[in-house]
Amino acid sequence: MDPLTLFFITSGIFLGWSLGANHAVNVFGTAVISKMVKFKVAAIIAGIFVTIGAVIGGAGATKTLNDLGSINAIAGSFTVALAVGISVTWMTKLKLPVSTSQAVVGAIIGWNIFTGSPTDFSSLSKILITWVTSPIIACVFGYVFCILIEHILKKAKIHLLELDAYTRVGLIVVGAMASYTLGANNIANVMGLFVSSEPFKEFSTPFITLSGTQQLFLIGGLAIAVGIYTYGYRVMVTVGNDLYKITPISGLIVVLAESFVLFIFSSQELEKLLMTLGLPTIPLVPLSSTQAVIGAVIGVGFARGGAGINYKILGKIATGWVIAPVVAGIFTFVALFFVQNVFEQKVINTVEYEINSSVIKKLNEDGINVNQLKDLSGQRFSSSKKFKESLMSISNYKEKELFSIFNYSAVDSIKVDSAKLNKYKKRLVFDDNEINAIKNLHGKIYIHEFEFIDALKNIYNKYSINILDREFQSKQNELINIFSFNKHKSNNKE
Amino acid sequence: MAIFFNKTKKIELEIEDYLDLVEKGGLVYKQGVKYYFDKRQEEFETKLNELRKIEEDADSLRRNIETKLYIKTLIPESRGDVLGLLEHTDKVLNIIESSLLEFSVEIPDIMVDLQPLYLDLAENAILCVDCTVGGIRSYFRNLEAVRDFINKVQFYRNETNRLAEKIKRHIFRTPDIDLSQKIHMRYFSYHMERIAEEAEDVCDRLAIATIKKFE
Repeated sequence: MDPLTLFFITSGIFLGWSLGANHAVNVFGTAVISKMVKFKVAAIIAGIFVTIGAVIGGAGATKTLNDLGSINAIAGSFTVALAVGISVTWMTKLKLPVSTSQAVVGAIIGWNIFTGSPTDFSSLSKILITWVTSPIIACVFGYVFCILIEHILKKAKIHLLELDAYTRVGLIVVGAMASYTLGANNIANVMGLFVSSEPFKEFSTPFITLSGTQQLFLIGGLAIAVGIYTYGYRVMVTVGNDLYKITPISGLIVVLAESFVLFIFSSQELEKLLMTLGLPTIPLVPLSSTQAVIGAVIGVGFARGGAGINYKILGKIATGWVIAPVVAGIFTFVALFFVQNVFEQKVINTVEYEINSSVIKKLNEDGINVNQLKDLSGQRFSSSKKFKESLMSISNYKEKELFSIFNYSAVDSIKVDSAKLNKYKKRLVFDDNEINAIKNLHGKIYIHEFEFIDALKNIYNKYSINILDREFQSKQNELINIFSFNKHKSNNKE
Repeated sequence: MAIFFNKTKKIELEIEDYLDLVEKGGLVYKQGVKYYFDKRQEEFETKLNELRKIEEDADSLRRNIETKLYIKTLIPESRGDVLGLLEHTDKVLNIIESSLLEFSVEIPDIMVDLQPLYLDLAENAILCVDCTVGGIRSYFRNLEAVRDFINKVQFYRNETNRLAEKIKRHIFRTPDIDLSQKIHMRYFSYHMERIAEEAEDVCDRLAIATIKKFE
C-alpha cells in the first residue's frame, strides 16, 4: 500500500478510535457502571461485534452518505475526516451536545460547496428527517419494551438472583447486538468518507475475498475496537454521567431499543424485506447512538409514569442538529482551502462533464427544462466548478436540478469486456445466465453511466433475470467498477 | 452458562436455608418457653441447645452468602438492601436465642396466672418474625406480596405491645409479690417484646427496599 494512502486514512482511524472511546458507554455503559459485566469482557465483545457489523453491514448507511456527496480524492477524504474529528472534539470540549454523525453531514456539504459539486437534497432531507425521527422511534421502542418486559417479569415471578443472572446474560447479548448495529450504522462516519476515493484494491485469498470498501471498514472497525478497549472505560466512569446510572434492567431495555433503532436505519436485509413486501423502506442513515439512548431513556421514563424526565435535554439534542453540521461544514471548507492551496494536495479528482442528446432526453424525462441546455450540447467541461458556472450562466437552476444534470452528464467511459467477469463467476456474484446476458454487451462503450445501466436493465429484462432493485443496484455498481476506465464515483445513479 | 446459573441457584438455596433457620429458631423458642413453664427442664435445655446451634448455623450461612454476593458482584443494585435484611434478620435470631438463654440463666419465677399471657406474647412475637421472613421471601420473588406481610407484621407487633402492657399492668397491680420479682417478670416480657420490635425494624427496611425496586 502507498504510504501516503496509509497516512491519509489515519484521520479515519482517529475518527474510529474516537467513536469507539466515546460510544462504548452507549452499548455497555450501564452494564459496566453497575458492575454487572466486567469492562474487559464488555470491551472484547463490543470490539468483535462492532468490527463484524462494520464489515458486513456497513454498506447501507455509507451509500446514503456517498449519495450526499462522494469525496473522490483521498486527500479530500483525509481533510474532511480530520475536520470532522477536530470540530467534534472542539465542540465536545465546549460541552456542546454534538455527534459525529451530524458533523459528517455538514463536512460533506462543506466539501460539496468548496469543490462546486451539487448536494443531493433528497439524500439530505432523508438524513435530516432521520435525525428527528430516530430519538422518537427509540422513545417508542423504549416505552414498548419497558411495558412488555415489566409485564413478563411481573407474571414470571423470577427470583431476584435468577433475574440478576438473566439480566447479565441479557446485557451481554443486547450489548453485542448494539455493538454490531453501531458498527454497521456508524462505520459510515468513520470510513464512509474514504469509500469514493477507493484507496484499496480487492484482496482475495482462497478462503475469503474482501473488497476495497470492506478492507476500509475492517480497518475502521478495528480502530473503533481499539478505541473501546483503550479509552472506553475512562469515558464510562467519567463522562458516563447520570444518563447511564440506571438499573440494569432499564439499561438492558435502553440498549435493546438503541440497537433496534440502529438496526432499522442500517440493515439492507430489512430494506430488502420491506421492498419484497411492497412496504415503504426506511432510509439507511448513520445516526447518533447517544441521541437514540436519550430517546430510549425517555421512553422508559414514560412507561414508568413520566417522573424524573429532564425535558431540557430534548432542546439540547435539537441544538446539536444545527450546531454540529454548521461548525463542521465551516471547518471543512477552511481546511480544504489550506490543504489545496498551502499543501498543494488534490482534494477532488477531476470529472469531465458532457451533455449530449441522451443526457437531454433523460433530463427531459425527469421534468427538467432542457431548452437552454441544448446550447451546451457537445461541449466537454473539465471540472465541476466550470460546468456549474456554465449551467448557472444559462439558467438559474435549483440545487436539485443541478444534481440531476451533474449526475447524468458526468463522463464515465465504460467499456464492456465480458472476459473480466470470469473471476466473479467463481465468487458467485453473477450466475451463468447473467454472464451470458452481459456477453451481449461485449465491446460496447458508454460515455455515461446511465446509458450503461439502461442497457443492462434492457438485457436483464430480455433474459428474464428477475432480481430485487437493491440487488440490481449492487450488481450494476460492481459492473461499473469492473468495466469503467474513467470512474469518478462509486455511488450509483438511477 | 449452565455453571453460571447453577451457582446462582446455589446461593438462592442458601438464602432459603438461612430463612428456614430463622423460622425454625422461632418455633424452637416457642417450644422452649412452653417447656420452661411446664417445668420440663431437660427438654427446655435441649431446645436451648438446639436454638444455639441454629443461631450458629444461621450466622455462618449468612456470612457465606454475604461473601458470595460480594465476590461474585451479584445483584449490585440491591445488594446493600439484601445484605441489610439478612444481617438484621440474624439480629432477630440473636435476640430470640438470648431471650431463651436468659430463662435458663436467670430462672425467672413467672406467676402461674400470667403464664398463658407470656405464651401468647411469645406466639405473637414469633408470628411477627415468621411474617417478616415471609416478606423477605416475597421480596426475592414477588414484590407485590411484600405489602401483605408488612401489614401482618404491623398487626402482630401491635398485639405484642398490647399483651406486654397487659402483663406489666397485671404484674404491678398484684400486691403480694416483691418488687424485685415484679421487675424480673417485666424484664422477661420486655425481652419477648424486643423480638417483635427487631422484626418490625427489619420490616421497615424491607418496605424501603421494596419501594426502591418499584422505582
